[in-house]
Amino acid sequence: MERETAANLLFRNARIIDPAQGLDGRADVLVLDGRLTEIGAHLQISADWQAEVPEIDLGGKWIVPGLLDMHVHLREPGEEYKETIATGTASATGGGFVAVACMPNTHPVNDCAAVTEFIIERARAQGSCRVFPVGAISRGLAGESLAEFGELREAGAVAVSDDGRAVLNSLLMRRALEYARAFDLPVISHAEDLNLSRGGLMNEGSVSTMLGLRGIPNAAEEVMVARDLLLAELTHSRLHIAHVSTAGSVQLIRQAKQRGIAVTAETAPQYFTLTEDDLATFDTVYKVNPPLRSSGDVEAIKLGLADGTIDAIATDHAPHSTLEKDTEFEFAANGMIGLESAVPLILSLIREGVLSPLEAIAKLTCNPATILGLPLGAMLPRMPADLTILDPEETYVLDCSTFRSKSRNCPFHGKNMQGRVLMTLAEGRVAFTRMTDKGLTQTNTHTSRKP
Amino acid sequence: MPFKRKDLLGIRDLEVHEIEHILEVAFSLKEINTRAIKKVPTLRGKTVIHLFYEPSTRTRTSFDIAAKRLSADTYSVTASTSSIVKGETTLDTLKNLEAMKPDIFIIRHSASGTLQRLAQHTTASVVNAGDGMHEHPSQALLDMMTIKEHKNRLDGLTVLIVGDITHSRVARSNIWGLTKMGARVVVCGPATLIPPRLEAMGASVSLHLREVIPEADVIMMLRLQTERQQQMLLPSLREYAIYYGLDAEKLKKAKNDVLIMHPGPINRGVEISPEVADGPHSVILDQVTNGVAVRMALLYLLAQRQ
Ligand SMILES: [Zn+2]
Repeated sequence: MERETAANLLFRNARIIDPAQGLDGRADVLVLDGRLTEIGAHLQISADWQAEVPEIDLGGKWIVPGLLDMHVHLREPGEEYKETIATGTASATGGGFVAVACMPNTHPVNDCAAVTEFIIERARAQGSCRVFPVGAISRGLAGESLAEFGELREAGAVAVSDDGRAVLNSLLMRRALEYARAFDLPVISHAEDLNLSRGGLMNEGSVSTMLGLRGIPNAAEEVMVARDLLLAELTHSRLHIAHVSTAGSVQLIRQAKQRGIAVTAETAPQYFTLTEDDLATFDTVYKVNPPLRSSGDVEAIKLGLADGTIDAIATDHAPHSTLEKDTEFEFAANGMIGLESAVPLILSLIREGVLSPLEAIAKLTCNPATILGLPLGAMLPRMPADLTILDPEETYVLDCSTFRSKSRNCPFHGKNMQGRVLMTLAEGRVAFTRMTDKGLTQTNTHTSRKP
Repeated sequence: MPFKRKDLLGIRDLEVHEIEHILEVAFSLKEINTRAIKKVPTLRGKTVIHLFYEPSTRTRTSFDIAAKRLSADTYSVTASTSSIVKGETTLDTLKNLEAMKPDIFIIRHSASGTLQRLAQHTTASVVNAGDGMHEHPSQALLDMMTIKEHKNRLDGLTVLIVGDITHSRVARSNIWGLTKMGARVVVCGPATLIPPRLEAMGASVSLHLREVIPEADVIMMLRLQTERQQQMLLPSLREYAIYYGLDAEKLKKAKNDVLIMHPGPINRGVEISPEVADGPHSVILDQVTNGVAVRMALLYLLAQRQ
């Protein structure tokens, strides 16, 4: 697959929002030879470049640092019929992301250097953006013995997690937190007490009672959040809680931060957008783990985002084919895709007054970059341009048939959306665009890449 | 009055007038079952398929007798279901049978909500014969018919449902139906077998059977699956019978005209003692008789739509 060439572009009249530098204001942005060359008012281009640099007047549309999704499932190796590294990263750039961290529950599991290296190599060769693998905590995700964190780190892993399963054994979790310190790897907790959640298909509450579906209580998550916070305190290690879904988890994390525990947390757009009520028709597209909770939990998640208890928003992009989803609710797989619907859902938090634009963008850029220790998420001159260009106003009906992901398990299909990604510049190249050189004309989403 | 629905998937969706209408038709058809020649030509030329993903003797027999007494042609398909991703799905099976042009499917499935999905994929009528823990509408209708037959009303009665509420589609359909019809529903059982936030469905909850028996006009005992012991839900059947089983001694506190019901099959000596099951207050066999009438009414009304 051929890479896009390094971009030359001059954006006029952009609203620049770069939380890493506390910037929010109008400016022009010049990208030359793929590098972010200059940000400023009324930029002039030297005569020898002028012919080669198309100008795009953004008329106040936004330029933000390229977005980072710290929690996705790319399914390769092993389940390429759901997603591949090529299609998953194309989906990422289509949604405005310039980098993703992928979870290790592939087949084989990413619990060793060979798999980590395979993912990174495959992403370099076929990916639309960078991929940062997350290694397993336990060998084979079996929850019994530690994976080789040192070797994983050297191969390029940026964190460890048994995501998809909780580490049930408290001693193993303690050892993982301790051992990870030498390699400066954050430990990402998928917090779920598998005994409390066993057989559960949705949130436990009035809706599960009415539908006759087994419930998963909030406590199944909160018991493990509490345990992992105590273990992080004990070991002085860095803990990150994935996909926070309950009010109680938010409160536990808030208190732990006040006590000085080195914990960070993420949530996903579905947990501040959808509720258990959406399951009323038994539509398996809403089946996800952790489950969609009550409206009270949704409000608490928003408060946690607003006060900084929840540092990052990640999609937990979890592609599944119709084989896993077009079946009885009880048998359907958990998970929804999220990369290409995240931006409008996060922008709605700004419109609701939950987050300022700077806060919202920080949760998709510098905050996850800091958690994973990645040099991303800021608009720094002379660096290869990682930029996401957004129209926060555009309204449209979301059509998941246009997605670049291989899977279609998107609960927002057919819903009214406001806010859209117009262009994604990843490492200085146009990895996705809806614009032509002349302006904002819609283009086929696949035109930026050659087959 | 014509019945507007294609399917009968649950009691929750039904309006009060629809329940009243189904019961009226059931009462009028009941007489056919006492004739020497128990057959009318109403559904002649109609094809009814029983598609059962769960073992069932009585519900299937009851539906089958109902269909045959209305002169429908009936076929029975027993299928199995699994979570295995590849292979023929429930929907494939339905579409295959649909291609043979049946008029009505009567379906039972072990997974809640399956019929909602299947019904969208067929132009034939779908009758829910029980889906997971979700609904068992024909059972609730026959229970309401039986109560009405003995009490002349549903409005204002207190109905006590006792046992494993969590896993019971019979309890759910009855709570929806009885509360719609103006009855007060109290459920009783160990807290491990009461689903959370049940009051949102309109029922109140008691953990003490002896305390609530005196209020009841009707006591509906549910079957206890004996494997609940293994699921950490109960210490023993023995202790369950002591606190939640209905026996003659507990029944002494009940109203003189209390009705005792059970959807069957009963576990004698667990949730109900033999002398109560066979005693003067028991209308358990009336429920079975009325089951045929209610199912005839459902088939008649759905076929009439077509
Ligand atoms: Zn997870």
